[in-house]
Amino acid sequence: MNDLRPPDDTLNNAPALTKRQVWIGIAVILALLLAWLVFTPVWPEWVKDILISKKAFVSSILNGLTLAGLYFLVASGFTLVFGLMRNVNLAHGSLYLLGAYVGYEIADLTGYWLLGVAGAFVIVGLLGIVLQVVVFRRLEGDDLRQTLVTIGISIVAADLMLAIWAGGTYQILVPDWLSGTLELPIISAVRSNGSIVYIKYPLFRILVLLAAIAIGIALWLMLNRTRVGMMIRAGVDDREMLSASGINVHAVFAIVFAVGAGLAGLAGVIGGSALSVSPGEDVRYLLASLVVVIVGGMGSISGAAIGALLIGLAEQLGLVYFPTYGIVVTFLIMVVTLAIRPQGIMGSTS
Amino acid sequence: MRLHRRTLMAATLATFTLPGLAMAQDDTIKIGLLATFEGAFTVLGEDSERGAMVALSEAGGMAGGKKIEVIKGSSDASPDSAVRAARKLVEQDGVSILVGPLSGDEGIAVKNYALSQPDVTFINGSSAAQDTTFRDPAPNFFRFSTDGAQWMAGLGTYAYNEKGYQNVAVVAEDYSFPYTQVFGFMAEFCQAGGKVTSKSWVPIGNKDYSSVIAAIPDDVDAIYVALGGADAVNFLSQFQQAGGEAPLIGGSITVDQTVLTSKGRLKDVLIGTPAAGPIADTNDAPEWVAFVEAYKETDGAFPSPSLFAHAYYIGMKAAILALNEVDGDMSNPAAYRAALSALSFETPTGMVSLDENRNAIADMYLTEVTEDADGNLVNKLIQVTSQVNQTLGIDKEEFMALGAVSRENPSCE
Repeated sequence: MNDLRPPDDTLNNAPALTKRQVWIGIAVILALLLAWLVFTPVWPEWVKDILISKKAFVSSILNGLTLAGLYFLVASGFTLVFGLMRNVNLAHGSLYLLGAYVGYEIADLTGYWLLGVAGAFVIVGLLGIVLQVVVFRRLEGDDLRQTLVTIGISIVAADLMLAIWAGGTYQILVPDWLSGTLELPIISAVRSNGSIVYIKYPLFRILVLLAAIAIGIALWLMLNRTRVGMMIRAGVDDREMLSASGINVHAVFAIVFAVGAGLAGLAGVIGGSALSVSPGEDVRYLLASLVVVIVGGMGSISGAAIGALLIGLAEQLGLVYFPTYGIVVTFLIMVVTLAIRPQGIMGSTS
Repeated sequence: MRLHRRTLMAATLATFTLPGLAMAQDDTIKIGLLATFEGAFTVLGEDSERGAMVALSEAGGMAGGKKIEVIKGSSDASPDSAVRAARKLVEQDGVSILVGPLSGDEGIAVKNYALSQPDVTFINGSSAAQDTTFRDPAPNFFRFSTDGAQWMAGLGTYAYNEKGYQNVAVVAEDYSFPYTQVFGFMAEFCQAGGKVTSKSWVPIGNKDYSSVIAAIPDDVDAIYVALGGADAVNFLSQFQQAGGEAPLIGGSITVDQTVLTSKGRLKDVLIGTPAAGPIADTNDAPEWVAFVEAYKETDGAFPSPSLFAHAYYIGMKAAILALNEVDGDMSNPAAYRAALSALSFETPTGMVSLDENRNAIADMYLTEVTEDADGNLVNKLIQVTSQVNQTLGIDKEEFMALGAVSRENPSCE
């Protein structure tokens, strides 16, 4: 990263560190500490006293990462829509829940889980286009009314889904080749007879994380390497100018909304398989994606990734180490971000 | 605009005339039904309504010669939502009897609200925290459904002596009802010589239990799980996903029909799990069989009633029986309450009567999860502990000295 430093820094002969160097230093120390914690075969007693057990610590880190993956899938659609249309879609959680139910029905009917994932992405994505064309286009430029309408839609959708799928808890069954556990090359404990116990981790959760990373990269490529992505970025910066240069802004809006909604639906199926589906999930994931984008910065995909990482890790570590006050940590992160950097970690001030 | 004004006038007219109409109907009694029709405990709330409706239709919708009008109130298992719903039922709808709420903390909150409404009689639904009736009780709050510590009767001894579990870890939700259940379980288990080496209290409505599961020590013989509704389903399926091998011991609502009927791969981890509670699915007493038949007539019923259906059935039944005693005359709440206190009646699960704190004394059932002939998971009856009281057979002073249930109390590491 040294080459990115402004040239005036190199001219400065004083040993004083720049802000960036301090941050990198802290990050390196933390990463080394974490690597030591994960890869030491047996923890000394004093570490166990603080962190309970290696298995608990490593698992909660991994769970934090996979939960972050899930949050990223939901929040990336949310932040994409906001970034382009300045439209806070408070019905985003309903799209997540609908996707989960649709995915459950398709997987249950056909017996193919992947079909459920694809079906939820397509159906909820199409619904996103309908919402954009029928509702949001009519209220263009009227942010407050758009936001209020989305609250209304979310309430109606929640009751409709309760009427159709009732209040039960659904579990979307993962195919056999995705279920089961994977033995990680991380030592959990050494038995008295010398045999080594490795940490086991559910295979599906690792796939959740990989899927989130793959979709994150795909989104980044779409935004930065394709023509549509160029239009979207131009739209984020200056909507009027983009339409003035002869591009059909409404088509771009519809595409973005479809992708955002589809991602929420897809996340619903993945979340419903890793965890479960029940009424109230819509509000839960809406809240999670709101916190994630507030921390990460509205309208930024990389911000959504950073925010999801922070919130996911905080939630899981909190659950193990201070369960009663775990939820406070999440909101503490949000409050601190709002106080120090109100636009979010990756947000721009403009 | 004209249409607008007309609707407005109609609405105004309706507002003025409706209370008048309601007052004119002396021959109806309003009973509020408060349960969780939203949030993580929605399924439980829906089943509790079925139970209450069975009691109502048994009585033909009448009590003491008057027609019963049931008004529903919905909470989301949080105490403030329960009080809000109770206030609405009492202060706006004007119910004279309120049956509910469903969940532990709600019970304590509604009991405190009952203290401020001396003219209304509160009959508990299925909330089962100990202190709803044990410490600082309300004179107008009655619980015919027993508490969570009573429900555990027989389980601790069975787990230690028959199953041979000596070290147990606890995973439970962080509020008053699971505290009460853990208290009831540990009272017997620790007495028998068992040790509880770790306790994880998780927030209600938690989704992701995998970190909690990983933090459970490897050297425990079994895990005692007191989670309800969606929480229990999430824990169990993630426990299965993580390849969990330790056997489970169930809290009363963890292996209830609301959980056993959920869709997913729960069978492998659940079969053989011992639990205890106010009901047993395979009870073959004729009264229970008759109740199950009546219950199955209701819409969307489970293969067998959950303990919520059972608790609300008993609460509603008690309300009706006492109304019959006073000939439906609610003008004197004291007389109605005296009738309630004196009630001693045969339920689908044996005789129920009240102690001096208006908390029920009833039979408890020790069960084990098995698969029935149709492939449904049910709780098989192992043993009945008859007439368990709130102090679990311990002298009242001595029991009081054990202290209020909490995260730390009791403890036997």
